[in-house]
Amino acid sequence: MRYPAFLQRISDRADVQPVRTLTFSINGQVLSAREDETILSVARENGISIPTLCHMDGLSERGACRLCIVEIKGSPKLSPSCVTLPRQDMEVTTNSDRVKNYRRKILELLFTERNHICSVCVSNGHCDLQALTTELGMTHVHYDYLHTRHAVDASHERFSVDHNRCVLCQRCIRVCEEIEGAHTWDVMGRGYLSKVISDLNQPWGESSTCTGCGKCVQVCPTGALSEKGKSVAEMTKRRQFLPYLKLMRGDESR
Amino acid sequence: MTIEELQDIGKIEKEKQEGFKYRIHVCVAAGCLSSQSGLVKESLEKEVARRGLESWALVKGVGCLGLCTAGPMVAIEPDGLLYQCVSVSDASDIVEALGGSPVNRLDCSAHLPFFARQRKIVLENCGRVDPESIEDYIAEGGYEALYNALRTMTPAGVIEQITKSGLRGRGGAGFPTGLKWTAVSKAKSNVKFVICNADEGDPGAFMDRSVLESDPHRVLEGMAIAGLAVGANYGFIYVRSEYPLAVKRIRTAIARAERLGVLGRNIFNTTFSFDVTVRLGAGAFVCGEETALIASIEGRRGSPRPRPPFPSELGLWGYPTLINNVETFANVPPIIRKGGVWFASIGTEKSKGTKVFALAGRVNNTGLIEAPMGTTLREIVLDIGGGIIGDGKFKAILTGGPSGGCIPAQFLDMSMDYESLAQVGAIMGSGGLIVMDDSSCMVDVAKFFIEFCMSESCGKCVPCRVGTVQIHNLLKRITEGGGKPSDMEMLEELCDLVKNTSLCGLGQTAPNPVLSTMRYFTDEYRAHIEDRVCPAGTCHMKPTEESQ
Repeated sequence: MRYPAFLQRISDRADVQPVRTLTFSINGQVLSAREDETILSVARENGISIPTLCHMDGLSERGACRLCIVEIKGSPKLSPSCVTLPRQDMEVTTNSDRVKNYRRKILELLFTERNHICSVCVSNGHCDLQALTTELGMTHVHYDYLHTRHAVDASHERFSVDHNRCVLCQRCIRVCEEIEGAHTWDVMGRGYLSKVISDLNQPWGESSTCTGCGKCVQVCPTGALSEKGKSVAEMTKRRQFLPYLKLMRGDESR
Repeated sequence: MTIEELQDIGKIEKEKQEGFKYRIHVCVAAGCLSSQSGLVKESLEKEVARRGLESWALVKGVGCLGLCTAGPMVAIEPDGLLYQCVSVSDASDIVEALGGSPVNRLDCSAHLPFFARQRKIVLENCGRVDPESIEDYIAEGGYEALYNALRTMTPAGVIEQITKSGLRGRGGAGFPTGLKWTAVSKAKSNVKFVICNADEGDPGAFMDRSVLESDPHRVLEGMAIAGLAVGANYGFIYVRSEYPLAVKRIRTAIARAERLGVLGRNIFNTTFSFDVTVRLGAGAFVCGEETALIASIEGRRGSPRPRPPFPSELGLWGYPTLINNVETFANVPPIIRKGGVWFASIGTEKSKGTKVFALAGRVNNTGLIEAPMGTTLREIVLDIGGGIIGDGKFKAILTGGPSGGCIPAQFLDMSMDYESLAQVGAIMGSGGLIVMDDSSCMVDVAKFFIEFCMSESCGKCVPCRVGTVQIHNLLKRITEGGGKPSDMEMLEELCDLVKNTSLCGLGQTAPNPVLSTMRYFTDEYRAHIEDRVCPAGTCHMKPTEESQ
């Protein structure tokens, strides 16, 4: 299980507590797994797709977007597969109508929150949020648009952040804190007024902690973080660095 | 500190107090203090001094006497007299009346159903002991339970008593306390923590506040016993900073207890040490959720994380952590003193003991009450609460604050226990009870609570962050006369979504007030939408375009 670093203890050492394997089933397909793997990682390994948004290989889990929820037989609650560990003989369903329905509605809610108009977005065609609409079969939005208004921060010399496109997945925050070690980004405010900020809500360009590495831009699922000089649909993200970095640092197993 | 010393302290304090013929107890909890009970106490002291009665009458500040409506309250011991709405100018009359006939205009019968129908376990010392004096608490048998747990019981024995008592978490969810303690005690770790959750954020709830303000040592003793039982040496009390008096009293209590050696290093000369630290919350409702609370103590943003792993396995700074509510800890010393079986004899089959409620809203007697589990709503509202103010009619009672549900009049005879409440779509919650009469519009009430959840949502997960805003907007539209017939269906769908897919308890219970009012007061919603009329007359409908 990939707990955030602050949750790890020395007693979690594998030589003290050897990892066992178990078998369980996803959608009726019997699979084997290590007890410290999540349902999501076992599913992906076996070609079973579960939609995700806040999950990113190489970063700690948040369980925040709620798109990866699955049904577990015997439990009335829906579990986020990115943080749920399988147990022996567990029966998981990833594609029931109930779950699919919920996922689509959650995605709709995301679309109502801020401004996600693809045709004028730098990430059009290369956007995780946009891809999810196709994957989940979302054709239109039932709810009223909220369109909370936010400013664009283009004070950084190479990048810009458009909070109107932000889905608050916190990938940028995690990559900055866990991989780059700078912790430039964090969240301010509560509820729908939450906003990702650099340092103590200073303009990004004036941040004294930002190293300008651009990892946050590459992991951002939408057009919220982008490189300057990119026009509509020109912003493609390069994320290959994450697995490599993890591998080089030797903490891929975590 | 030995048991003899402890008993001596108690005995001396008792003798000292009994040396006075009369003891004038003035409530100095937040409710009465806000209506100047501090000045009342001062003027009583002056009056006693003026008449030269210092050796005959004692003026003592005590914790909450319960009937907050009638504050400031003054009790005269040993006569058992109770005075209500006392003002500074009444001091001379009260002192004058000592030993004679009581001051009739201030009399508040202690035999009122409000007092007679209650049964006090958690609040047994409230209104009796001085919250700033540890000696007073010891005189009432305080810290003996901790001594017994340390010297005559094993940690497993303590947990056994708690399990036997059937005590369930008083924070709202009602998880069996014995099970939680067992889980933490079995977790392997050299370092463990005990956290007392005093981040009471529900609108209209003041149980934890009153307990901390009136009897802080009871909570400390409960925490120390818990620490002993689960093997923890460090405790944290997470109090919201909106409770400055509670913070001050708990800090005083910690300092006094450490000085006496009943807290801190080598308690009662044993090897057991237990340090308690106070941490202040910065006013986020979500920090009452245990994982968010832990994050907040660690100094991070107070947002919850998915469970499992539960705090009993991975809690504060990654160590096994026991988190209980103030009231749960306050129940521990009497259980250890009198045994789990005694506690289990009170209450219903599945809900044992008593529950403290903060009774508020449109009832005559608002205040802090404690009643056995299984007491009916009717008894609480009509007997203890003294019925509805004026000639209003009881309409609904909201339990559990913004996470609870509105219970209509048809369930007045329902027993108050965890299961029955869940059956009607409400929850026990931490104990806030808000009574509403027919002047309250239920759609408006639902809107108020969803607005609370909307602004208190941490913003981490999508359903809670955006779903509550959508629900609020729909309700707002309905109360303004712009509702569409399809809105009811839409509301239901959104509530179902938020309830089932949110990350933590805040989102999972946020739709409860909306769902329960839609279920029991459908007609009121219909009237708003179809006839554009608010039956209670509180909503102001905006004129439609056609009528303009």
